[in-house]
Amino acid sequence: MTERLRVELPGLSLKNPIMPASGCFGFGEEYAKLYDLSELGAIMIKAATGEERYGNPTPRVAESGMGMLNAIGLQNPGVDGILTNKMPFLETFDTAIIANVAGSTPEEYELVAEKMSQHPGIHALELNISCPNVKSGGIQFGTDPSLAAELTRRVKRVSTKPVYVKLSPNVTSIVEMARAVEAAGADGLTMINTLVGMRIDVRTGQPILANRIGGLSGPSIKPVAIRMIHDVAQAVSIPIIGMGGVMEVDDVLEMIYAGASAVAVGTANFVNPYICQELIQQLPERMDELGIDHILDIRGKAYESTLHRA
Amino acid sequence: MKQLLTVVSRRTVAQGATELVCRLEQPQDIAPGRFMHLRVGPLLRRPISIARVDRDLITFLFKEIGQGTAELASLRPDDTIDALGPLGNGFPIAAIHPTQRVVLVGGGIGVPPLYETMRQLVARGVTCEAILGFDTATSVFYEAEFQALGKTTVTTVDGTHGTKGFVTAALRPESYDVLLACGPEPMLKSLQQQPIEHKYLSIENRMGCGIGACFACVCQTPTGGYVKTCSDGPVFRAEEVVL
Repeated sequence: MTERLRVELPGLSLKNPIMPASGCFGFGEEYAKLYDLSELGAIMIKAATGEERYGNPTPRVAESGMGMLNAIGLQNPGVDGILTNKMPFLETFDTAIIANVAGSTPEEYELVAEKMSQHPGIHALELNISCPNVKSGGIQFGTDPSLAAELTRRVKRVSTKPVYVKLSPNVTSIVEMARAVEAAGADGLTMINTLVGMRIDVRTGQPILANRIGGLSGPSIKPVAIRMIHDVAQAVSIPIIGMGGVMEVDDVLEMIYAGASAVAVGTANFVNPYICQELIQQLPERMDELGIDHILDIRGKAYESTLHRA
Repeated sequence: MKQLLTVVSRRTVAQGATELVCRLEQPQDIAPGRFMHLRVGPLLRRPISIARVDRDLITFLFKEIGQGTAELASLRPDDTIDALGPLGNGFPIAAIHPTQRVVLVGGGIGVPPLYETMRQLVARGVTCEAILGFDTATSVFYEAEFQALGKTTVTTVDGTHGTKGFVTAALRPESYDVLLACGPEPMLKSLQQQPIEHKYLSIENRMGCGIGACFACVCQTPTGGYVKTCSDGPVFRAEEVVL
């Protein structure tokens, strides 16, 4: 892999800035049948909770224009199940592993974070304070700056690996959230999680999702993600892994122009399971066309040029 | 796994039901009951069952339900479809012995995958009987095609064609060793209770990825666990799933 794609972030030495987003790639097993996962910059694995969780009833997904609502509900084998049954396979690949840490209480987050961070094959944690699909925990920590900061502090205390906090767009000021978790010691940010939404089946008059509400992802939310990354990148000094509706190579560049240092791909994996591999292959050629030497040469240029004009 | 299908022909076979014959880019034998994940509609793929495979030709038969299937029904010859598949696990036809008495039970748009299943079973020397349930006479399709393969009974809910009632009105459980079924959930639920030794059900679920990664299409198991419809199924032993 060419050095022009290399990105160094806290705990993460990425051969390229592309990684599948948590919840959209399972634990890699299915996609490993399609291509070599060592090609990826990193893998954000599916969220872990303290105990195994079954998740929500079905239907769990509903399409909505160029977007998709999901309410999976953090189904996962639990932190111990992941470390025992999923990590040995993931460790066979030459790529960084980012563990997504979820929970219902601060104590559960601490337990999961401590266990995950002690595993030598896990390079960084992604603190999931923004899942809209579970009744307790998750998003309540992600919508109150003081709760988010307190949880970040607690997780930072027990974690031996860098902690990236995943921000929810379902807030009045995402900049305020970002500043709060940065002050609490976050090593980086990942953003954005899904936007809370609902769809109704007009034949029954009832919500399509069994959980009634779900998280909207896909191309529909990309402009929201770009705007939020653009605002947050100017307000904090920790790096951002951008995500939200990335489908093609120019979306990756948009996120980096907006201020992201790396880019995660979510829903697009469901549409085209080869998408991450294709984006990595397409990046150098597109950079040539646009006269970009190193991928991070354009980071934040969207607001820097505004500053120059002012 | 990923391939481009080219539409060869399209026809309406019953009210709201379209048959689409496409050319496979990668000709292959496909076990009956598997599905193709087609890129139609605004964003997500649509899992569509396979009604027939002949070397390089694949036939889909589907009902227009929403945006994706409406788009699929509007395709013309030479149009192409971005397809992922075949995916999933089909009916275990290799495990069925020619001495076993087999009944295939289909309900509405669950009928198509049973056609390829019956074709492959008959080709293996297994004698099969089919019971096909529809709402009304105008929604019936493939009756002659099934009859060419073996004894076929059609039921309609309103009695406008064949036996009046649901498929269970024509089912004599004591006459069969193996039941293979696909159709609406209430039908599969009632078939789960039938005193037939081996029962296999093909279930339907809203899917995301289609390959087992997203956990959208899980189905509960009697022991409190789960299976994924797309990658563990869509065909399950009747005892394996809670419907």
